[in-house]
Amino acid sequence: MSNLAISVRDLSKKYGERMAVSHINFDVPLGTVCGFVGPNGSGKTTTMRMLLGLISHTGGNGQVLDASIDEPAKYLSQVGAMIEGPAFYPALTGAENLRVLATLGGFPQERVQTLLDQVGLGDRAKSKYKTYSLGMKQRLGIAAALLPNPKLLMLDEPTNGLDPEGIQEVRALLRSLADNGTTVFVSSHLLSELEIISDYLVMLRKGEVVFAGKIEELLLAQQHVIIAKGQNPGDLEKILTLATGMGHTASIRNNEVHIQANADWAATLNRAAFDAGITLAQLSPVVPNLEETFFEMTGDK
Amino acid sequence: MFRVVFAELRKLRRPTLVLGTLGAALFFSALITSFLFLLIDDPNGNGDRGRQIGREVLVLSSGSVTGFSSVGGLLGLIALCVFAAQTAQEYTYGTLRNLLVRQSGRLRILGGKLIANTIFAILMVLFSAVVSIAISVALAPGAKVSTDLWFTSDGWSSIIHTVINVFIAVFGFGVFGMALGILLRSPISSISVGVLWILIIENLLGAVKESALRWLPGSQLNTIAEGGSQTISYTHAMQVGGAYVIVISVIAAVLFSRRDVAN
Repeated sequence: MSNLAISVRDLSKKYGERMAVSHINFDVPLGTVCGFVGPNGSGKTTTMRMLLGLISHTGGNGQVLDASIDEPAKYLSQVGAMIEGPAFYPALTGAENLRVLATLGGFPQERVQTLLDQVGLGDRAKSKYKTYSLGMKQRLGIAAALLPNPKLLMLDEPTNGLDPEGIQEVRALLRSLADNGTTVFVSSHLLSELEIISDYLVMLRKGEVVFAGKIEELLLAQQHVIIAKGQNPGDLEKILTLATGMGHTASIRNNEVHIQANADWAATLNRAAFDAGITLAQLSPVVPNLEETFFEMTGDK
Repeated sequence: MFRVVFAELRKLRRPTLVLGTLGAALFFSALITSFLFLLIDDPNGNGDRGRQIGREVLVLSSGSVTGFSSVGGLLGLIALCVFAAQTAQEYTYGTLRNLLVRQSGRLRILGGKLIANTIFAILMVLFSAVVSIAISVALAPGAKVSTDLWFTSDGWSSIIHTVINVFIAVFGFGVFGMALGILLRSPISSISVGVLWILIIENLLGAVKESALRWLPGSQLNTIAEGGSQTISYTHAMQVGGAYVIVISVIAAVLFSRRDVAN
C-alpha cells in the first residue's frame, strides 16, 4: 500500500484532434487536502472524470487508492465525489435523493439524516430538490459525496453558490475530514479558498500540469516583491536606480517602484534611500498570494 | 444488481409517476373496453380501426379479455414513454454520473434499471387487466353478452395467456423506449421519436404497403398483445419482434457501457 491517494502518469484525453488533457503527471498523498486549480477549460473536470471511470483515457494511466483507473470498481466504494455541480432528481426530496444513492451503494439509510444534519439541510430533508436554492443543492451534493464515509473525496467547485458563511463551513468541513484521515481532492476557481485549506496543489493550464507539489514550494518559487514610494514624485526614478544598482530587478507601476527582493532587503533599501537623501513614504514587502502566483504561472490576467 | 433494482424502485414509486401511469392505463382500458360493449351494434364497428367484434366472439371463454388484448398496444406506448423517460433523464439531470460513481458496473446499472421498470410495467399490466375485465363484466349484461364461459378453466387460461402476451408486448415496447433513451439522451426526444414511429410512421407505411406491417416492430408487438391476428401469426410476431428487441438491446447495452459520461 503506497502513501498516495492519487497517482497519475502521462494521463491524456483526446477528443478528435483536440487534447483536453495532455500527458499530465501528479501525486496526491493520503490524508491531505489537494487543490486542483486551472482556468475554465483547462481539463480539471475531464481529469476528475477519468479518475472516476466516467470517461475513458486515451493515453497514460493513473492509480486511485492503489488501483488502476481502468478498474474503478476496485476503489469507487471508498470514493465520494461531486463532479460538475450537484445532480439530483428534481421531483424527489433531498432525503429521498440520498436514499436512492445509499441503496445503490449499500450504505446504511441512517447515514442520510446524519449527513443532512451535518451539511445544514436537516430541516429541509423533506423538501423537494427542485425547491432548493443553489447553495442548498451544493450542500446536498457534498452530503451525497460523504455517503460512503470516503477515504478519498473528490469535489468539483464545492463552494459554488454558497454564501460566505457556507463557504467557511465547507472549508472547515474539508479541513476536519482531512485531519481525520480523508484525502480531499478539490477543484475551485476561488484560489484564495484553496490557499487557505490546501496542503498540496495541482495547477493545470490548457490540459497540462504547470505545477504539482506543496503550496509552500509554489510560494517559495515565486520572487517576493517590495513596493517602495518616495515622498516626492521625482524620487521614483532615484529609487529605481538604487534598486537596480544593487542588483535587483525593478520597475515603476502605478507610481510605485516594484522591486523583486525578499522582505528582509527592505531595511537595506531604507538605509540606502536615507543615505541618498530620499524620504520613503511607503516601503511594503509583499508576499505573493496563490492567485498572483497562479496568474504569473498561467499567464492569465 | 438487487441494490440497483431497489434504488430504481425508489425513484419509480413517487406518487406523480405511479398515479400518472395508472391513470393513463385506467383511461385507455376503460375507453377501449367500454367501446367494445357499448358500440356492439354500431355499424361503424366497436374495435380498433373499425373492426366489428360481435357477440359470437365476446361470449367465448376469451371474451373477458378481448378488450384488454386491444389495450395492449396503448399500454406498450405508456411503457415506452416511462422506460424512455426514466433512462434519458439520467443524462439530462446529470444523475448518471452519481449512479456510476456508486455502481461502476454499467451493465449492472442497465440491467437493474430494466428489471425495476419491468416490475413497474407488470403492475401496470395487472391493473389494466383488472380494470378491463371488471368493466367487461359490468357492461356484458347490457350488451346482451353471456359471461357463462368467461370464468371456466378455459376462461382463466385465456385470461392468463392474454396477460402474458400483453406483458410481453409491453416489455418489448419498454425496451425500445429504454434504447431510445440511451441513444438520444433526452426524454422529450426519445418519447417523441418512439410515439411518432409507432403511431404515425408504421401506420403510414402500412397504408402504403400492407405487407410492410409484417416486418415492422410496433406491428409485431401489437400482434403479440392480441395473441396473433388475421394477417400476422403469433409465432411470426414473436420471432420478428423478438429479433428486434434482441438487436436493439445489444446496441443499447454496447452504447451504455462504452460511451463516455461527459454530462
